[in-house]
Amino acid sequence: MRAAIGGDQASYRQLLESLSHSLRAATRRGFAQAGAALNDVEDVVQETLLAIHLKRHTWNSDQPLGPWVRAIARHKLIDSLRRRGRRIEVPIEFVMDTLPAEEPRDNLDRQDAERLVNGLRGRQQAIVRAISIEGQSIREVAQRMEMNEGAVRVALHRGLKALAAMHQKADGE
Amino acid sequence: MKTDQLIAAMAADAETTEMPIGRTLWLAFAGGLLVAALIFFMDVGTRPDLASALSSPLFLFKCLLTVSLLVSAMGLVWHLARPGAVPIAWVVALCAVPVALAGAAIAEMVIIPPSGWEHVIFGMNWRVCAFLIPLLSAAPLIALILALRQGATSYPVLAGAAAGLLATGIGATLYATHCQSDSPLFVAVWYVIGTAIVTAAGALLGARLLRW
Repeated sequence: MRAAIGGDQASYRQLLESLSHSLRAATRRGFAQAGAALNDVEDVVQETLLAIHLKRHTWNSDQPLGPWVRAIARHKLIDSLRRRGRRIEVPIEFVMDTLPAEEPRDNLDRQDAERLVNGLRGRQQAIVRAISIEGQSIREVAQRMEMNEGAVRVALHRGLKALAAMHQKADGE
Repeated sequence: MKTDQLIAAMAADAETTEMPIGRTLWLAFAGGLLVAALIFFMDVGTRPDLASALSSPLFLFKCLLTVSLLVSAMGLVWHLARPGAVPIAWVVALCAVPVALAGAAIAEMVIIPPSGWEHVIFGMNWRVCAFLIPLLSAAPLIALILALRQGATSYPVLAGAAAGLLATGIGATLYATHCQSDSPLFVAVWYVIGTAIVTAAGALLGARLLRW
């Protein structure tokens, strides 16, 4: 995380990837305990990762990272379970019986997140899409869209913030 | 979008970071204090006998209470701005303030006969007190709530209330140097009412504005 705050993209990416694995496991456990349907798990993982990303300036670099991450994950898990309260219909026994051996997450996380990205405004959406789904770099996007890199950076940052905000709204319907 | 793709976007955004939350809070504290002090010195002012009051134990006790409130609420706000639990020591420190005040007020009620209580409680300027403390605390409260929005509290209502207590710590400390009633009984009634108003406002704002 220290390297990431220093702007080291590669190590930040590694950190987020390893966090996403443990978050996924923790969220599945939390959902199963609460008897919630597991098809929203990936949604919560993404929301939690966004929160970690957008709130990383609240981590005190003198302190260990683990408790801070766990506090955010807990907050987001409880928050999302509360918001999904009305949608919890599946009894826990049923979930336990049907827990799949393999994670079928490839299909599950796409529709919801796709809908969220579609909610972004024009240029923000194009930039977030290009960098995430098409895997382009900031420089490539800047050249293709004839913008300067600073403007792309700002739009990307705002786009991620908007995504985080939409997560909260989308679930609160 | 898959999670891996989202991670790619966040990694690309690695260089854009917000100011560390501690610094944001200090800026809000300083800004709120500045505005409150400006209002205080332009429109209210210190009591004329401030120099002689400095040797009065009751006046010093009153100021000690407001400064203790300020410091302990500050410790709470600084912790509540971050996710996770708050060290119990700060909660104990904060609770010590009303305990000390209540002790002093009870002692005063023992010393003064009941017929004299009314005169003490409705000292010369209780209306001003109940009005000025919230007024002087308003700017610090707004600044602190805005700063806390940059944070990530696990307890929005508590964080808002703690911001209210810190704002009152600022407002009441300033006001204490104006108010000529140093009696603990007076403080226990009117300062506490002012504090309760600002703290409730903070809790309400926190519930609405500090969720994330």
